[in-house]
Amino acid sequence: MTEHAPTADTVLPADDALNQLSARFGDALQRDTRPGYEGLIVDPDHLVAVATALRDDLGYDYLASATAVDYLGKGDHFEMVYHLCQTSGGPPLVLKAQTPRETATLPSLVGVWPGAEFQEREAWDLMGIRFEGHPDLRRILMWEGFAGHPLRKDWKEAYYEQDQKPFDSRWPGGHVRRAEELVPYGRNVRYPDGFSPEDYEEIAETPQARGLSSLGPGVEVEELATDRLVVNLGPQHPSTHGVFRMSIMLSGEEIVSLKPIMGYLHRNHEKIGERNTFIQNMPFTDRLDYICSLSNNLGYALAVEKLMALGARYQPPTYRAEVIRVLMAELTRIVNHIWAIGFLLNDLGAYFTPMMYVINERELILDFFEAVTGSRMMCNYMRFGGVAADLPERMRSEAQLLNDRVRDVNTMEYLRDLITERLPRAIDQIDTYLTTSEVVTNRCIGVGVLTREDAIATSAAGPVLRASGVPYDVRRADPYSIYPELEFDVACRTHGDVYDRYLIRLDELHQSLRILNQILPRLVDTEGEPIFAGRGGMYSPRVPAGEAYGRVENPKGELGFYVVSDGGQNPWRYHVRAPSFINLTPLERMCVGHKVADVVAILGSIDIVLGETDR
Amino acid sequence: MYGTGLWRGLRVTLKHFIDTYLEDIRYGFRRHVPVEAFPERQGLEARGTFTVQYPEEKLATPERFRFIPFLVVENYDHPERPGHDWCTSCGICAKVCPPQCIWIVRSDDPETGRPIPEPAEFYIDIDICMNCGFCAEFCPFDAIKMDHDYELASYDRTTAHIFDKQRLSKEFRYWQSIAPTRAAEEAAARGGWEHKDVLKQKQREAKDKGAAAE
Ligand code: SF4
Ligand code: SF4
Repeated sequence: MTEHAPTADTVLPADDALNQLSARFGDALQRDTRPGYEGLIVDPDHLVAVATALRDDLGYDYLASATAVDYLGKGDHFEMVYHLCQTSGGPPLVLKAQTPRETATLPSLVGVWPGAEFQEREAWDLMGIRFEGHPDLRRILMWEGFAGHPLRKDWKEAYYEQDQKPFDSRWPGGHVRRAEELVPYGRNVRYPDGFSPEDYEEIAETPQARGLSSLGPGVEVEELATDRLVVNLGPQHPSTHGVFRMSIMLSGEEIVSLKPIMGYLHRNHEKIGERNTFIQNMPFTDRLDYICSLSNNLGYALAVEKLMALGARYQPPTYRAEVIRVLMAELTRIVNHIWAIGFLLNDLGAYFTPMMYVINERELILDFFEAVTGSRMMCNYMRFGGVAADLPERMRSEAQLLNDRVRDVNTMEYLRDLITERLPRAIDQIDTYLTTSEVVTNRCIGVGVLTREDAIATSAAGPVLRASGVPYDVRRADPYSIYPELEFDVACRTHGDVYDRYLIRLDELHQSLRILNQILPRLVDTEGEPIFAGRGGMYSPRVPAGEAYGRVENPKGELGFYVVSDGGQNPWRYHVRAPSFINLTPLERMCVGHKVADVVAILGSIDIVLGETDR
Repeated sequence: MYGTGLWRGLRVTLKHFIDTYLEDIRYGFRRHVPVEAFPERQGLEARGTFTVQYPEEKLATPERFRFIPFLVVENYDHPERPGHDWCTSCGICAKVCPPQCIWIVRSDDPETGRPIPEPAEFYIDIDICMNCGFCAEFCPFDAIKMDHDYELASYDRTTAHIFDKQRLSKEFRYWQSIAPTRAAEEAAARGGWEHKDVLKQKQREAKDKGAAAE
């Protein structure tokens, strides 16, 4: 458990780092002085050296997020932005490196933080920045037959209408027109020069790229007296939790290498986000990790609120709004964790019985979400500076049809019974049901071990990180909302195997209940207080120019929103640090040496949602 | 001993199994029939099976439930303005809609050429609508509301899924019937059950009358 003590010293991580490193790097390391920006800008030639020094000497051992921004027309350079953290806690240090748009090349940091691997591939895929020294720089979300780099500001999609919403054609002279009528299906595909889809052979399937990595190229297959076999798992496979694919190389029954292949659900969420106005992104964040829409909302609201706080006339959320936000976030955690446990059991072959028991409990929470937010899953509930609406007095429905079944209960009573009776009972039941079951222990203990060092290095987050013995939780490490005043422990387990990742979810369920029990009296105390400090509920908030990184401890791990504003109505850059995506970085390390059936369990224990992985 | 954990677990399964029948016995094997049994079956005390037998029975949706929006029009038996649009075609919903699926044509007065506060046409592409509820949340005239009718399947999306003004319009009393609490709250905020403009007009007239009387 990490104790949180509100710190009085206000030394910014960037100042501290600059003080310590300026003697060594001189002018190569500078403060970012643009108004609204923070952190350090490093000369690309010294990037690797500075990163190594930050990791080894200053303790920034954890790369939270790495992403690129295209400053077209604002200096015409690409900027790579790294958010670095110490696993001992504290706010992130922002490190930046710039490269002109023409060359678009930067040194890779995979050697310093292996967790940069997928994130740099993503930056190459979407932004077209080449990383020198990256071991496997291929596209990751798009396929090789995709023309261009879609997050560049000068890239236009097939149904392009206008750079920014709202589109002029909608009002006042709007005449409805379906997008397909403009660009008929089949004529909206472009290939890169010299690419022919007929001759295409997927790189991932060729032996060179099929990563003979683990055994190295020198091993003769004959000597092992087994054949190597490439097995393709997914994308249409029930145990891949969506359209996710793994290309697995087997030697006998043992896994030699594993490459995750994703992007089947890619919709260029970030480009959509840059076209949207700030508020319009809120319902889109629901669709990232659709199990946890409410905590996604919270992360995005925090990021934009940080930006708004740079300007005048910003009023932070009221206490009641914060209480409701934490209530929703913790209920979401319960929903997610019981769901994850249920599905883990599915992956272990228990078929649907455990799943049904947890879905049962989840339904009861979703009933509450539906009555409060209007939707069971796509909640769209947080607003900048508050929440959309206060809790209703009663959870009631009106019958419209003869066979409509109605309910009418007092919201607070429902919530109290749910939190103090129903859920604790249900969680204890899961515990009795599964924890000691030999079916579970035999399949899970010692399988898919991720060591403490690997977990930190590969930027694993959330339960995956904490099950490997790192008590890192954003709620404590970099607190937000009213978490500092709430009592709870950061769950931590030490073996890093599938079983510990199961146990840690149980631990966190108990901690969430502990938090919710402290939330209940606060809800009663603040009854009737406003949910917005000011007028609230504006559809076009003024967001000053600058950058902000809003991070929350989502059930699946750290969810971060990196938002850059140029002072207009739309974000200039909107990036999602998706835990489901980055938690796949250590997947290969966990799986090598195990059997195919274990891969399914290991993937289940990471708990991914493809809406967020592929974005 | 090896296997005890498994048995402990199976006891839970057995309990669920038995619970189902205990509940059935309690309701004389008619648990899915009487309406009174429903809140219990779907409530916090529920044990055993939990199922709602859709479509024989349906869960009524809570007041705040959001589905494809509809346009509020004045009740058809309203004495002064039957069937009158509440929408003033101010365009806020079209601007705030995240997937941009609202198209509005503003109407102009044929004589003066000035815009009049009623839309000439109003379309929503329900394939694109993401049911976010922003249009209803930010409409200053309470003229667009989220519906509760979620059974909209049709055979042809290319023609049937663009709703025009006629298809979108529903009487004000429909809104009162699906969301009585909210409708009352909104009316209180407006200062009466009528449309905002009507209320303003009335206020102005009352003031004029008061001024004339003095
Ligand atoms: S916001 Fe309301 S009044 Fe304005 S155009 Fe939309 S529906 Fe009509
Ligand atoms: S509910 Fe949302 S997506 Fe649908 S029309 Fe209204 S604003 Fe647009």
